Amino acid sequence: MSDGPLLEVRDLHVGFRTEAGLVKAVDGVSFTVDRGEVLGIVGESGSGKSVTMMTVMRLIRDPNAVFSGEVLYKGRDLMQLDDDGMRRVRGAEISMIFQDPMTSLNPVYTVGWQIEEQLHAHQQLSKQQARARTLELLEAVGIPKADARVDDYPHQFSGGMRQRVMIAMGLSCNPDLLIADEPTTALDVTIQAQILELMGALQDEFGSAIVLITHDMGVVAEAANRVAVMYAGRIVEYSDVGPLFAQPRHPYTTGLLASISRLDRPRQQRLPAIPGQPPSLLTLPSGCSFRPRCPHAFDRCDEEDPALAARMGDAHLDACLLPPERKRELHAEAAPA
Amino acid sequence: MNTAAATEPLVRAVDVRKHFPIKRGILIQRETGRVHAVDGVSLDLQPGETVGLVGESGCGKSTFGRCLLRLHDLTEGRIEFDGRDITTLDRRQLRPLRREFQMVFQDPYASLNPRKQVGTIVSDPLRIHGIGGREASVRVRELLELVGLSPEHVNRYPHEFSGGQRQRIGVARALALNPRLIVCDEPVSALDVSIQAQVVNLLSDLQDELSLTYLFIAHDLSVVRHVSDRVAVMYLGKIVELSPAEELYRRPIHPYTEALLSAVPVPEPPAPGKRRQRIVLKGDVPSPISPPSGCRFHPRCRYATDICATEEPPLVVHASGHLAACHHPLNVGDRHPV
Repeated sequence: MSDGPLLEVRDLHVGFRTEAGLVKAVDGVSFTVDRGEVLGIVGESGSGKSVTMMTVMRLIRDPNAVFSGEVLYKGRDLMQLDDDGMRRVRGAEISMIFQDPMTSLNPVYTVGWQIEEQLHAHQQLSKQQARARTLELLEAVGIPKADARVDDYPHQFSGGMRQRVMIAMGLSCNPDLLIADEPTTALDVTIQAQILELMGALQDEFGSAIVLITHDMGVVAEAANRVAVMYAGRIVEYSDVGPLFAQPRHPYTTGLLASISRLDRPRQQRLPAIPGQPPSLLTLPSGCSFRPRCPHAFDRCDEEDPALAARMGDAHLDACLLPPERKRELHAEAAPA
Repeated sequence: MNTAAATEPLVRAVDVRKHFPIKRGILIQRETGRVHAVDGVSLDLQPGETVGLVGESGCGKSTFGRCLLRLHDLTEGRIEFDGRDITTLDRRQLRPLRREFQMVFQDPYASLNPRKQVGTIVSDPLRIHGIGGREASVRVRELLELVGLSPEHVNRYPHEFSGGQRQRIGVARALALNPRLIVCDEPVSALDVSIQAQVVNLLSDLQDELSLTYLFIAHDLSVVRHVSDRVAVMYLGKIVELSPAEELYRRPIHPYTEALLSAVPVPEPPAPGKRRQRIVLKGDVPSPISPPSGCRFHPRCRYATDICATEEPPLVVHASGHLAACHHPLNVGDRHPV
């Protein structure tokens, strides 16, 4: 059991039935997360990154949602677990940190109460033990004077401090897998830097694997070991972090990287933008979903729906039909002179 | 792009202060404190120039932007627009002037009325200023085209558009009356990265075409770099550094600017086994109700000494056009940081 991946998602599909038809929010996504690694999932809003991980946590309760595929956690398929079984996994073995620390804490309970609630739900602890563990956690995430603040309410904390509380809560039961859904997006850059540093330090200490959902390539570059780039419900590129940034193979990744304003490079007159809008998930274009926005599209892209595969003979997967030589040129072209 | 100091500024803000009273009590309200949102900001905008205004949330950058357009009444200070003092004009006197300065808001989802059609949204400013009928509808189509939307979209509602398109509608509305100054309050923060670049490019094209002056408010330094001629960094209600754009990125003088620059994540993975060295500021921005004594940044500053806690550093010129307020300036003369 211990030699397989910690989490393996196989061919996951999530659709939502709407009046206008089936919205394919996640369309055949497969990936693995190994013990202790950080997988970054990058994509724009609506690309399916949050829905994928919410499905892994079985948090999507919409009666119109349609699921298929397998979510193997330590070899067990979470999709087949009943509610009780799932409740034992959720919070204890897999936990989640949400984007908005303003709304994901309950305003009418103290932060200490909220962390202790989770401890009591999963572990047999006395009140004193739970309180001691809570203080330990708040100190671990860098909340100054934890013993004085443990009985404060969320509104008495700043945004960065609330996100620290969320992280403390996520780590409370020593989960093997922590899912962080845009943990720094709502924060100032200076606070983001603090939180990223904290997550790195905690990962060294607790050894949890992390799935980091973000739209920020910079955050991924600094925090992740492996990256999955999502577009319109699919993974379009999947690789170790080094090769992905050094030699991206999908034109969408190339475009994303080029459109970031970089402080470590000379100023460009214009930011290279990806033209157009992400497609509607109701009416996906034929062939490759990125084709209408892709500057390199050719005839085959219209006819053939490219799957994520090892197209260049190594572990760096992509879903683009361009011939390998072209892909090598792409990045050189997009990079500023 | 015009940075020559010889011309008369389009807007001049002199020692602008905006304090919000904190009141306690139900029937008899007493003032128990004040939020010093903007605390003595002076800034000139030259015609055709873009000034980026950067700082963390709560530093007063949006409040300052609103003061500039007289959306807030000032507590103290003076605003001049095109040589005319507009600080104390009342609503009626301001109305004709409002044509000249407009605003683009941060959240394209909240700043458009969901029950109005795009055509109505964009033509509202025209109607308010007495332009109606055929003239208005021609202008609306022209505007939609200008911001890269199709004129056929006039009858649609905001929910039918994506975030980037909505922000274009917001820009079209701001442009309706041919303003000279636009305050852009975090115009791209709510948008996806690939769309941010589109909107930033649109704003700079429009500037060239219509010779607009921008105050571009943002919470981090990366986007601002592409649009700004000058950049002002704000901290707790004050400007701590003001500089020509590239100069600020190359040689930041204030330790706060240095930390802000260092905090922006670089999309390049560090070498295996290594973490990127960066300056991580400790703690949060202190409360603007009772700002720290002396230099307001000193509790978080890694170079702070005794003088920083007692004496407030003035904003002084360190190089041509490069001002900073710090007792221990970086990158000047031989005082390079280690």
